[in-house]
Amino acid sequence: MSSTPSSDNQRLAQHSAAPVAGHEPGTAGQEPVLSVRHLRVEFPTRHGTLVALDDVSFDIAPGEVLGVVGESGAGKSMTGNAVIRLLEPPGHIAAGEVRLSGKRIDDLPEERFVPLRGRHIGMIFQDPLTSLNPLFSVGDQLIETIRAHLPMNEREAREEALKLLREVGIPAPENRIDSYPHQFSGGMRQRVVIALALAARPEFIIADEPTTALDVSVQAQILALLKRLCADHGTAVMLVTHDMGVIAETADRVAVMYAGRLIEIGPVDEVIRHPQHPYTKGLMASIPGIAKRLDRLYQIEGAMPRLAAIPSGCAFNPRCPHAQQRCRDERPDLLPAGGSRAACWLHDPVDPLPPRQDAEGEEVSHGR
Amino acid sequence: MGADTAVKKSAAAQGEILLEAQDLARYFDVSKPWLNRVIERSEKLTLKAVDGVGFSIRRGETLSLVGESGCGKSTVARLVVGLYGLTRGKLVFDGEDISDLAGRTGRQAASVRKRFQMIFQDPYASLNPLWRVGTIIGEPLRFFRPEMSSTDRRRRVGELLEQVGLSAPDANRYPHEFSGGQRQRISIARALANEPEFMICDEPTSALDVSVQAQILNLMRDLQDEYGLTYLFISHDMAVVKHMSDRIAVMYLGRIAEIAPADQLFENPHHPYSKMLLAAVPSLEGVGKERTVIQGEVPNPVHPPTGCAFHPRCPHANERCKAEVPRLIARSDGSEVACHGVEEGRLP
Amino acid sequence: MSQDAQTRDSAAPVVPPKPSKWRTFLDSDIVYSWKRQPVVIVATLVTLIMFAAALFAPWIAPQNPFDPRQLELIDAFTPPMTTSDFTGNFYLLGSDSQGRDVFSAILYGSRISLLVGFAAVIFALVMGTALGLLAGFRGGWRDALIMRIADVQLTFPSILMALLIFGVIRGFLPRSMHAEVAIIVLIIAIGLSDWVQYARAVRGATMVEKSKEYVQAARVIGLPARKILFQHILPNVMRPVLVIGTIGLALAIIAEATLSFLGVGMPATQPSLGTLIRVGQDYMFSGEWWILLFPGVALLILALSVNLLGDWLRDVLNPKLR
Repeated sequence: MSSTPSSDNQRLAQHSAAPVAGHEPGTAGQEPVLSVRHLRVEFPTRHGTLVALDDVSFDIAPGEVLGVVGESGAGKSMTGNAVIRLLEPPGHIAAGEVRLSGKRIDDLPEERFVPLRGRHIGMIFQDPLTSLNPLFSVGDQLIETIRAHLPMNEREAREEALKLLREVGIPAPENRIDSYPHQFSGGMRQRVVIALALAARPEFIIADEPTTALDVSVQAQILALLKRLCADHGTAVMLVTHDMGVIAETADRVAVMYAGRLIEIGPVDEVIRHPQHPYTKGLMASIPGIAKRLDRLYQIEGAMPRLAAIPSGCAFNPRCPHAQQRCRDERPDLLPAGGSRAACWLHDPVDPLPPRQDAEGEEVSHGR
Repeated sequence: MGADTAVKKSAAAQGEILLEAQDLARYFDVSKPWLNRVIERSEKLTLKAVDGVGFSIRRGETLSLVGESGCGKSTVARLVVGLYGLTRGKLVFDGEDISDLAGRTGRQAASVRKRFQMIFQDPYASLNPLWRVGTIIGEPLRFFRPEMSSTDRRRRVGELLEQVGLSAPDANRYPHEFSGGQRQRISIARALANEPEFMICDEPTSALDVSVQAQILNLMRDLQDEYGLTYLFISHDMAVVKHMSDRIAVMYLGRIAEIAPADQLFENPHHPYSKMLLAAVPSLEGVGKERTVIQGEVPNPVHPPTGCAFHPRCPHANERCKAEVPRLIARSDGSEVACHGVEEGRLP
Repeated sequence: MSQDAQTRDSAAPVVPPKPSKWRTFLDSDIVYSWKRQPVVIVATLVTLIMFAAALFAPWIAPQNPFDPRQLELIDAFTPPMTTSDFTGNFYLLGSDSQGRDVFSAILYGSRISLLVGFAAVIFALVMGTALGLLAGFRGGWRDALIMRIADVQLTFPSILMALLIFGVIRGFLPRSMHAEVAIIVLIIAIGLSDWVQYARAVRGATMVEKSKEYVQAARVIGLPARKILFQHILPNVMRPVLVIGTIGLALAIIAEATLSFLGVGMPATQPSLGTLIRVGQDYMFSGEWWILLFPGVALLILALSVNLLGDWLRDVLNPKLR
């Protein structure tokens, strides 16, 4: 390493002293655990550079669960992967910054970033089997993680591991601690992964589709567990999922993504009950519900654009019932809209676009 | 439109029975290879994927099979279309016994096979990647109507593409040029090619995004209205099932726990497992509310519990539930329930 | 019912005029990857040059080394780059004990090496693919039988296998026929020793494809197994086979050289590269180094370039590595 620790600390301190642009309403007063500003991820290909994430900014407060939701290709997993630097090459962060507890982490050299994973950032993935090493017992993996990050001897670490397993609801952990991952059922395995993610008491966890591979009944158990543990430990969570139902019952705030951009962000009940962006509105209305029975589901025409062909202006404009010339020319920023913020010219405080009446009527009849 | 559909639905409910399944069973040998078995002295293992499933579907209606992984719903679909042979039971399609369909080959089976089609889950695996879309959609036509001229066939493929919301020139493109939702439309066009009466849909939207799911579900409903199709619909998603079905069969570990008209099941489920499944559905209406958390997981189907397979997770289980397999018993409200508690009147 | 509800995806690009096949090919990922790897470009050029040289040997070579009448015994052991004082012939790479031009011998020898290599690969490929398809598609006892035979064969080094097969076949033939049928016996011996890897790859790929839903869709229609096998599965399992075939070509060329070197391959009257090396080694320490060195280098370059091509093709065709 070229620089001494003290100069590094100074540099970090300078960075954290810099004013954070656009502080979000939901997190005012508390320093956010994770703060992402103007994040841009590019994939250079031989046919040109693809912009996978474009100007994404958000904060997550201590103990808060931010749901990041979107359809495939929206960039929701990409956002998580960019934060923990697991982008597949040739993808890379081209602009913007990521701060963890005020310290900038996106420009750290690789060897200083790796220790952050596990210690400060926990990770939970969709398939528990990819997060667990099949050749080591669950206890060994927990103890190794604990000892790598916390000053404990073998015995203390084992005690800690047992405590963690008990916490995540593994029955009779004394008997299961020396079992191997394949000896657990899918739900129990995901519990072990959660224990592993929490082992070093990180302040921030990224959960990428943590329940997608599980049955509904188990899904409910895992989400309840994740939510309770993070509240107890004050851990901030970025919950990446395609499932609005999961978001509805787990997240405190929601960020909706479309074509690599953040198009709406706000408290969960606002976004779900009163979506402001036409895409979010359409998305919510297209989900079949069990409370009501409709003859037809509302459908958004078309499909999400490919990264190689993102339309100019607002990326949603070709599918939007309200689209007008301005939407095709100018890209809207996140603007205050109802209880949340939405990237849509309908909510321009200076010169709001008039919504199309016919389309609005259609939406009223299908909205929930 | 609502009244229209209601009339149509009630007509469907009185229609003749198109498919009748009696006591279907399918066992799989999941033991290790013979040599390993001898050396490791392990026993022969049988997976009873489906064990005694019976139902009937009337012409024009949609029956859904719903349940968690390992409940055997996809196996039932594959038994019905003859991808698997029956270990036990009987299948009657429009009066004809087709229990031996899996064993019939080529032209022998064509008279039955041309009347039903299947739509699969994975839009990326269900189209031959080396074939042009037109060839894929034309495949059933080439087989069932060899007399059709290639010009007529091309015209029909174009019509089908338009019908599922694509365009006729798409016939010249390859599957990889299409998105998941568009591929599922191509699958549907292939299934429609020979104008079948009966469609078996195995999780047709579970690999799709919600907005695309809405498009596909609407398309399937439109096609049903237009052609009077009968659907056997397989899904794990209760909300999708509710949207699509006239009647719903809830499956658990190879057996049917409850069959009921869709509205009846959602308003007043009888079987404790049906109740659990409904309670576990994440609800957008109750933001921030936690679901009722149900303990336990689906057991390994190779070693199912004795008696009622659900008894280890059931709060109402007693000695009889542990010992005796419950039978499906019809109730006055139109549902059939396999539960000792409901039968004895212990449960509502 | 709203008809417009089913409009196609607005994001789908407007179909541009269809580019020509050649343009599409030049724009493909394979060509792109090829252009960016100098090693692969060199390997391709070398391979092509050697193939061409072997193919056009009768027009390129100064003499026909298989024709004893063209050999000048008096020019024996002429060093490379030398014009003979006796006959005035120029020997680019020198000559051997029979006065045979080493350059011509290499051209004709690589002709035989490549012929045996290609034929053996095709033999192994057809046999392995057929057995692999059968095992993977039908399963059961056929699968068990074929794969156990494959397992047993794999426990022997393939060169030993080839030696054994070579010996057995020759045992059945009268001695007088040995020289005439040497090339066919070699092809069968090498091909038989090599089918296992094709069979294994095809069996695995067949089992994967068989369970895919497009095959199930064809079965629901009721297509006969023969059609499903040849129209759906076979074309989709050919990719790994082509990769193994390319790498297998290099291995088959080396196997042929090894057999010929051991004296059980091509006779000295019809020398392949391996035979040339065997003959050449007698002179290694007596100062006539060129008789051994040049055929050896030719074999090395040929096998190496084909192998590099095979490796590259494997990487480019393997979606997981891209």
